[in-house]
Amino acid sequence: MKTKTAVDIAGLKLKNPVLTASGTVGFGEEYAPYLDLSGLGALVVKTITLKPRAGNPPPRITETPAGVINAVGLQNPGVEALVADILPRLARFGVPVIVSIAGETAGEYARLAGRLDGVPGIAALEVNISCPNVKAGGIAFGTEPAMTAEVVRRVRENTALPVIAKLSPNVTDIRTIALAAAGAGADALSLINTLSAMVIDVERRRPLLGNVFGGLSGPAVRPVAVRAVWQVYRAVALPLIGMGGIMTARDALEFILAGARAVAVGTANLVNPGAAAAVAAGLEQYLAEQGIGDINELVGAAHRTGG
Amino acid sequence: MTYITDAKVVSHRRVAAGCRRLVLAAPDIAQAVKPGQFLHVRCDGGTRAGHPRGAPTSVGRIGLGWVGSADPLLRRPLSVHDADRERGTVTILYRVVGRGTGLLAEKRTGERVNVLGPLGRGFEPPGHPRQSGHPCQPGHPRQWVGHRRVAIVGGGLGVVPLFFLARELSVGVPPGIQPANAGTPGHSGVPRRAVAVFQGARTAAELDVVDFSILPVDLFTATDDGSRGHAGSVVELFLDTVCHEPVDWVSAAGPPGMLRALAGALETLGLSGEFSLEERMGCGIGACVCCSCRIGTPERWEYRRVCADGPVFPAREVVWE
Repeated sequence: MKTKTAVDIAGLKLKNPVLTASGTVGFGEEYAPYLDLSGLGALVVKTITLKPRAGNPPPRITETPAGVINAVGLQNPGVEALVADILPRLARFGVPVIVSIAGETAGEYARLAGRLDGVPGIAALEVNISCPNVKAGGIAFGTEPAMTAEVVRRVRENTALPVIAKLSPNVTDIRTIALAAAGAGADALSLINTLSAMVIDVERRRPLLGNVFGGLSGPAVRPVAVRAVWQVYRAVALPLIGMGGIMTARDALEFILAGARAVAVGTANLVNPGAAAAVAAGLEQYLAEQGIGDINELVGAAHRTGG
Repeated sequence: MTYITDAKVVSHRRVAAGCRRLVLAAPDIAQAVKPGQFLHVRCDGGTRAGHPRGAPTSVGRIGLGWVGSADPLLRRPLSVHDADRERGTVTILYRVVGRGTGLLAEKRTGERVNVLGPLGRGFEPPGHPRQSGHPCQPGHPRQWVGHRRVAIVGGGLGVVPLFFLARELSVGVPPGIQPANAGTPGHSGVPRRAVAVFQGARTAAELDVVDFSILPVDLFTATDDGSRGHAGSVVELFLDTVCHEPVDWVSAAGPPGMLRALAGALETLGLSGEFSLEERMGCGIGACVCCSCRIGTPERWEYRRVCADGPVFPAREVVWE
């Protein structure tokens, strides 16, 4: 039987529910030899800022049990390079491109949204208000409902593109932030960003990462992420993009059953450049084996059977 | 061209000083690899590449596309120690230091290891023909531009990728190379081999990890504890030697302290060269920008990616902390 894997996120029609998580595939080009990018639901590129950012001093990555902590610090070439050089090159891959944006003030988010409005080759904006690795802005906006609302509202006012707010797990109650983003005009929510974390180098008796703190991702955080999706699905009537430690189609299903309409593969890309395609193929195979005609039937299904 | 493949273990044995030598059957990689490049190796026992061209593995009723544990999660970047283009094998030489390499050490002959590579920009001494697209056969004589003499300087396990370079540069090259600056004051005038290897280590046992004496190179050794060769640093030995036996170029790899000292020596001598750097890595293909190093000048530098822009960089462009 023919299964339907297409999903609709705030008017954005995706051929399947599998995205790449921002920051894990750069701007996609390095992955082209390993992955048919056109087979993805969407490509979420690395967070872009108004001006180029050098990023944090190394080391920027370390491993933890079943996880990774990174502290790249939003190194990126800046929005002008994205518009002039990168987006035109991405057009050949035939995949919807979602641009992740971050600023140090609400005004910077607004200017970024305005700059990208009407630029060809962008399917949606993901508002990164949850990066734990930058000293100014970043996570601060995503941990205060009022600031979340302010940033999302300013972005909303400056773009006709779908606005996806990316939520931080480093909060008391993720539902209050989700509600604030929804109230300010977000069309969808991505959750979760990384968990603030650190590792001490016991040989040198000092923090291992150049930035001291970093963001924990990978299978280690998956149960936290699934819980967050579950909670937000019950609190907010927006489409959700679930992420956090998805390595397999089975992991992706957990998120979908908890209420995610789409999922993003992140850390797994670092290990297996073909991971996102494998997850998409695995989901399709599961639907066929189970005799399920449309993946949308599974979104939030766990709430109806045992919530 | 890079490949992702489940390579069969041809041999895997202990060498000196807690190191192991792993030979993998990977014909495509063996053809493509250049000295100084690395493989990104999964150590967790998982061997399914999950390549998009292949169907994902079905485990139970759900397509997983993933076999193996998620711990340790990341691949390990390991230098290519040698490649046999005819037999289609690549050799990795590594020290068992943690969980990842500890698991890798358990791989037996006939088992498979998932590798991604060859990755990164390798060594490119001047006059060394770039081999991309037309892999040279071992023993293929090189046309040396201006009869250059290359110094290869390695400290500790930095010598691992340098062996491959030394072999490619020296095998099939007739002895009796006159350096471009022969005849300068202090030059002995004695014809030398095209490649001079300076190998430094903490102890004699550590020197034995890689045996350069099987290659047609001039070999100079140094140990910190004085148990073999020059007692002291390999950079001191290099400086003392090249004063009367000049070289035209330096390719080096080793601990940061050694490379930093060598950078100072090159500046003093007015020599150019290239250094292979190391940093904690994520994806290995240039996307995640985790493995950063400072490249440029002390006043104007930028973070570059060790995995994709390197690991080999021009010596004078490396900015030390």
